[in-house]
Amino acid sequence: MEENYKEPNKKSRRDFLKTLGIVGAAGASGAMALYFGQQYENIKSGKKVKLLTVDNKVVEFEDGKLKEYERQTEELFIRGREGIAGKSWVMVIDLAKCQNARKCITACQSAHQLRPEQYHINTLTMQDSQDTPAYFMPKPCMHCDNPPCVSVCPVDATFKRNDGPVLMDNDRCIGCRFCIAACPYSARIFHWFDPKNAVLFKDMPYDLELNVPQKLGTVTKCLFSADRLRKNELPYCVSNCPNGVYYFGDKNEDAVTNGTTKETVRLSTLLKENAAYRLMEELGQEPRVYYLPPKGRKGTLPEENKNNENHV
Amino acid sequence: MTENKIIQDLLQSVKLSKGFYAWMTFLTISLFVCLYAYYLQLTTGLGVTGLRDYISWGLYIANFVFFVASSLVGMLISSILGLSGQKWITPIVRIAEIIAVAFAAVAGLVIVSDMGRPEKLANVFLYGRFQSPILWDVTVVTTYVIISLLLFYTPLIPDLTIAYKNRTDLPKWQKGLYKILSLNWVGNLEQVQLQKKAIGILLVLVIPVAMAIHTVTSWLFAVTPRSGWSSTILGPYFVTGAFVTGVASVIIAMYIFQKIYSLKEYIYDIHFDKMGKLLVLVCLIYLYFNINEFLIPGYRMPKHEAAHLHSLFSGSHSIMFWFVQIVGLILPIILLIFKPFRKPFPITLIAIIVFIGAWFKRYLIVISPQEHPFLPIQNVPENFTYYVPTITEIAITIASFVLVLMIISVLSKVFPIIPIHETLTERNKQNEK
Repeated sequence: MEENYKEPNKKSRRDFLKTLGIVGAAGASGAMALYFGQQYENIKSGKKVKLLTVDNKVVEFEDGKLKEYERQTEELFIRGREGIAGKSWVMVIDLAKCQNARKCITACQSAHQLRPEQYHINTLTMQDSQDTPAYFMPKPCMHCDNPPCVSVCPVDATFKRNDGPVLMDNDRCIGCRFCIAACPYSARIFHWFDPKNAVLFKDMPYDLELNVPQKLGTVTKCLFSADRLRKNELPYCVSNCPNGVYYFGDKNEDAVTNGTTKETVRLSTLLKENAAYRLMEELGQEPRVYYLPPKGRKGTLPEENKNNENHV
Repeated sequence: MTENKIIQDLLQSVKLSKGFYAWMTFLTISLFVCLYAYYLQLTTGLGVTGLRDYISWGLYIANFVFFVASSLVGMLISSILGLSGQKWITPIVRIAEIIAVAFAAVAGLVIVSDMGRPEKLANVFLYGRFQSPILWDVTVVTTYVIISLLLFYTPLIPDLTIAYKNRTDLPKWQKGLYKILSLNWVGNLEQVQLQKKAIGILLVLVIPVAMAIHTVTSWLFAVTPRSGWSSTILGPYFVTGAFVTGVASVIIAMYIFQKIYSLKEYIYDIHFDKMGKLLVLVCLIYLYFNINEFLIPGYRMPKHEAAHLHSLFSGSHSIMFWFVQIVGLILPIILLIFKPFRKPFPITLIAIIVFIGAWFKRYLIVISPQEHPFLPIQNVPENFTYYVPTITEIAITIASFVLVLMIISVLSKVFPIIPIHETLTERNKQNEK
């Protein structure tokens, strides 16, 4: 805009705009011109306002340039792909506390437009051997640092963000399901039919961080509730757990917060003192989800559980 | 046989007969019936298939693998046998090339039928990331279709001139087609040398590309961290398996063309005999890879692989598995060692069984490992835990076979199925000796 000031014909331009404003005052086009004319006045008067940007910088703006900002799909795409600067999200799941309340699952499903059989997070009953009792294991996406799903995606529809989560752009997805085949944690699902309440969500702008509206013929997955992280809130599953199973936080700060008690603890201490592990470490996918061992198991031994066909 | 008789014999099939029209009408109607199934899939979603979140690749992908496999035979016959100086292949090279073109071209369409959103296909080209094996597959399959088409077309050029000159009774469009496609071939020394050089280059070029298409197709599975797929021998395992399918399909095609185009004097017992021996060879190599692929993990039985192997050896897939291994592979090897079984009729029957066995083999390779992921399948409807293809899915798969038959039928009917020019050249060479 500085350059515009120095234009030699600014006088005539201003006159032109004023004239245009008067002439067109009755019509819609005139109103538009008036608006621009007014804006121009403000710029000229040099009235400025101070604003705080999202990355904590104070900037000055000419008053007339400001208008309330409505996020467009395009912008949601860009920020959704970039992630939140300086963060490194991790999750800790304390298996000793899980009682299979399944509140995490329902909260997640209602936030992400999923049917009851569609899981971003699924609590499994794990039967490691014949002599050890079963335990409950909530299984979200592991948000691997070496994600096989991202490697195999032919169109960059699924991607790894700077702050850790592996997200899904369902506008880009072609539905080849190579990522489903590649995921060793079975963390990905597909919309075989129209998503739940597809008609209701039809006209909503697509939010990449929420992956809503969901689309027929695309893959969807756990997002670490990236939309909640943007608002500085805990993920849906974490904050809805009644049993204090989940800790979530920023690895860079070395702090994780329990979703139930809201107590914040040091991540490194939590992992160290509780013999934390990651699922199928040997595959080398570098998961971002840590598990604390299931001591004091609530499950039963296989003999007591023979009728349950689900155990593999 | 005089030169004239050979030309007349080999050209008599090119006129579009009533029978041909009837056959094509039948194929077209079948295609449209099957395409209705695809319409259902497009409007409802892939939910019309038996696929669900855990077994998310099924019939389409298995069929894709099978088609890519079948197309490899073009390279085997034309290049490997051709470059090693096998003269007996002359009457069957074009059949092999037509099979290669048809299967490879339709394989590309089959993969589209598996896509959740085929309307977004352009994304592969707009946003393609070269680290995904799908991009490699798209690249090499396209290249292979083009080279195979050229390998079909380049040796055909002289035949088109011969056909143009010798068949005056053909409709205008067909003669016009021959004239344009023959590129003014008159058979002078310069043209002959140029053609020879071009074919030579293509024959060498097609070898790495053909190896690549099926190796890359195997990598679609081998790159995934899944027990049953993440095997280091999957590349050669697929390629050797492909030769089995391809040789079987050429034998079937040879028999059909010999019968309907009355080519008994050109394709006869010796060709079936040689193809029979070739089938034994490729089956033996494939059997060797099968033993490696199943015996070693079967001996160790690591936890996750065990579930998959048990389902093959003695579980839900065992009937299909043992049919494929014994009836589809071992039995043909034993039978074809004996000469009477290499006669046209018995060997064609055996080839059909090998062909069917090879198809089910692809089905097992694709589906079984998905039924046994590392983590248990729980809290989902029962139909998520196993895979049974639906009628819709089967119809769409049949459509792909119909398309292959249509391409083979048109190419073999519009153009002479046995290379005339090469047959004459071979004959002249023999006469000189």
